[in-house]
Amino acid sequence: MSDPLYLAAAVAVMALVTAGLRFAPFLLLGGRRTPRLVVYLGKVFPSATVGMLVVYGLKGISFSAAGGFVPQLLAGAVVVISYVWKRNSLVSIVGGTAVYMVLVQTVF
Amino acid sequence: MLQPLQKAFKTSLPVLAGYLVLGAGFGMMMKAAGYSVFWALAMSVFVYAGSMQYAAVGLLSAGTGLLPLALTTLMVNARHLFYGISMLEPYRKAGKTKPYLIFALTDETYSLVCDGKRSIRDCLLLSALDQAYWVAGSVLGALLGEVLPFSTEGVDFALTALFLTVFTDQWLHSKSHFPALCGVGVSAVCLAVFGPDRFLLPAMAGITALLLAGSLWQKQDPQKEVSPDE
Repeated sequence: MSDPLYLAAAVAVMALVTAGLRFAPFLLLGGRRTPRLVVYLGKVFPSATVGMLVVYGLKGISFSAAGGFVPQLLAGAVVVISYVWKRNSLVSIVGGTAVYMVLVQTVF
Repeated sequence: MLQPLQKAFKTSLPVLAGYLVLGAGFGMMMKAAGYSVFWALAMSVFVYAGSMQYAAVGLLSAGTGLLPLALTTLMVNARHLFYGISMLEPYRKAGKTKPYLIFALTDETYSLVCDGKRSIRDCLLLSALDQAYWVAGSVLGALLGEVLPFSTEGVDFALTALFLTVFTDQWLHSKSHFPALCGVGVSAVCLAVFGPDRFLLPAMAGITALLLAGSLWQKQDPQKEVSPDE
């Protein structure tokens, strides 16, 4: 299936739906006065959503074998502990990712 | 202009690493499926949604109809609704750049701008840099194919690590941990119940319900404490 017309239509559909989801809150709720309940959600969503993204990033986790969860948990701990200690996100991300890569490539 | 750009570049470095590699992964998949670099480029410029683009390679090869394609996109990307709601106020005065800022709200860009403390200019620089990395990665991947001299297995953990540092930072700076716990707890339960491919929608519904219920329970009236800036 590499008919260019089909591909162009498919890309357009995916682009429109994705942009639609990103724009919808602004179009529906972005009037002069945002409803107060939505303002409340806008304030609590960042913490909740980033929490959801953490789980989303770890969604491949599996407890049936050590290789399915030990690298994630160890590398995740490195990220959090080093961040609390040094407050430098780049150091934590590079360090945690390096630990993870070494674990999945050489240990498990 | 140089200093803000340098600052934004530094902030965006984790995304640079993650997007170059994941973008390249997407480009390689497109190439392996027989699509020219043009289509990888078009998708990274116009769709610009990582996990959906990965899913799309298989869907396009199978000749999936436009309606099922639209519905899949809707389900995979529904989480973006949350980003818009969070950014309503921070982006209110963004002016001419607002459409692009909204268009470019990916998971990773959102995690960088969602504290609402950056200036519009910084948000714009971050948004544009992130998309440039993604586009560059996908084009390189589609052009070069599998020629990397070393194994990149596991490098995608950089994006999870990015979310973890943002999460930790928000945790250290907030008085109430209820929203954060709610996000992690509900998502983890939904992941266990619905599995990795179907947990996002129930998680979003559950998080919204619990946050609303929690605010009612805490204050009896969620509307009082929430908008001191009015």
